[in-house]
Amino acid sequence: MMQLTDHRSETGKMILNFGPSHPATHGTLRVIMELDGETVVKSTPEIGYLHSGFEKLGEDLDFNQYITITDRMNYLSPLCNNVAYALSAEKLMEIEVPRRAQYIRVLMCELSRIADHILSIGMQAVDIGAFTVFLYGFRLREEIYDLFEIATGTRLTTSYTRVGGLMRDIPEDFDKAVVRVLDQVDEVLNDIETLLNKNRIWHNRTKDVGVISKEDAISYGLSGPMARASGIDWDIRVKEPYSSYSDFDFDVIIALNGDVFDRYLVRTEEIRQSEKICRQVINDMPSGDINIDPDHKFNLPPKEEVYNSIEGLIHHFEITMPNRGMEPPAGESYVPTESPNGELGYYIVSNGGRTPYRVRTRPPSFINYSILSQIMDGQMLSDAVAILGSMNIIAGELDR
Amino acid sequence: MSLEKTISHVKERFSEAVLDVTEFAGEQIVHIKSGSVLDVLKIFKDEGFNFLANLTAVDNLTLGGFERFSVVYHLLSHGFVERVTVKAYVAEDDPTIPSVENLWKTADWQEREVYDLFGIVFEGHPNLVRIMNPEDYKGHPLRKNYPRKGKTERTDFPVVERGISKENKTK
Repeated sequence: MMQLTDHRSETGKMILNFGPSHPATHGTLRVIMELDGETVVKSTPEIGYLHSGFEKLGEDLDFNQYITITDRMNYLSPLCNNVAYALSAEKLMEIEVPRRAQYIRVLMCELSRIADHILSIGMQAVDIGAFTVFLYGFRLREEIYDLFEIATGTRLTTSYTRVGGLMRDIPEDFDKAVVRVLDQVDEVLNDIETLLNKNRIWHNRTKDVGVISKEDAISYGLSGPMARASGIDWDIRVKEPYSSYSDFDFDVIIALNGDVFDRYLVRTEEIRQSEKICRQVINDMPSGDINIDPDHKFNLPPKEEVYNSIEGLIHHFEITMPNRGMEPPAGESYVPTESPNGELGYYIVSNGGRTPYRVRTRPPSFINYSILSQIMDGQMLSDAVAILGSMNIIAGELDR
Repeated sequence: MSLEKTISHVKERFSEAVLDVTEFAGEQIVHIKSGSVLDVLKIFKDEGFNFLANLTAVDNLTLGGFERFSVVYHLLSHGFVERVTVKAYVAEDDPTIPSVENLWKTADWQEREVYDLFGIVFEGHPNLVRIMNPEDYKGHPLRKNYPRKGKTERTDFPVVERGISKENKTK
């Protein structure tokens, strides 16, 4: 830890402590900046304030119990985490969920992406001073969260997936509710873009600020919108499709300059693509089961069966008793998924027991954040906020 | 396929370093000795695996393996759209492994995390300090012999002697 004994270090430069509790950090991050006048000479990010040992916890919880922990990592798009974890566990157990479940997962992931990106843009704008954008975005996000509440029962801690399917099917007429929200997406985006895209102040604050070159982006392991804004044509949904993503037609958005403005542009266009995917999912939604065959003994039986038949009751206990439950083969799996922030994957090692031997999250926020001092050094102090906002760092995922 | 070619190159050039090549759920896993991790990953990088997607470690205490710890590298090739897992085994009595920070900058923070949580020392790392836990923290929480119930790390708890029977006492 850096010692903050004096405001002035020996070189005559000022040490500025940014965070861990600061309105512009959106979470508990701390950056220690050495300033020469208004220029950041050296910045040292310090993390770990929200470290809660999720990976250690995973060794004690069984495969379905850990899904509740994944909600708490990226709390702006918990459904993406649920899906990523379920996919990895399913790969380990070598099962494939029915098409309807895959489609619902895609729908939920894309709605999460819209909510995450719109909040990210709003936060970035409010940090720079454009408060209206934040309000426009937040209204839409609220509508999307209402959809999550309809489908999963909660707004934030969704825990919607199960290994081998979903917690429950989407309700009837859910598609109509989704379409009603999707119709607003374009309108909100137009409002935001009218405010920002040709705004002189927005350009001055974001263009050529925090530039990441293509080589740096690869070397630092960046993924998601941050990598695509630097010209890397890489989207896991297209390149390594999972959960039926190959059925849908959408474009990968890339930009070439790698500055804050390009990251904003990539996010806005990705929202449009997500909206397009959502409409396709709604139109092509297959009917059928959402869980794999009950004979696999992965999913809890329906409540009527549990209360009214001895087989159902036994089935229920077979899954929930501490010494029973699903037993995967000994091995390991890693499934990369495209979360709103970038490549999110769960690396699960199993020794054949009912709890994983080790669960590692590949956290996009953590890896994207590691480039911070590289791009912050040499920038103005006021740009620090713009850069941080454009990275969309989620502290829960950063520290886990 | 580029992956098979690269693996056979690695096997040819470092036959004594490659312990095994296994496959699980369609993914290739290359098991190597920790000493030659830089050379092996350099070959992978030169032959198209340009992206270090993930770096982590596993404590093999009860799982079994060639050594106590394995440091796991998930490599990705943007060009060939292929992934490969490289596991380097690190001995318990001397938990050191060369740092790959020179090949990929992303290894910087991820190696710090592994050092913090597993106590594996990365030789040649520019700034190997704890990242998640405070610097004066004792122990490495993700090791399998680290207690999960919080008994040892908080020795300064006042112990209240009340009506708990002797055998149920925690201390």
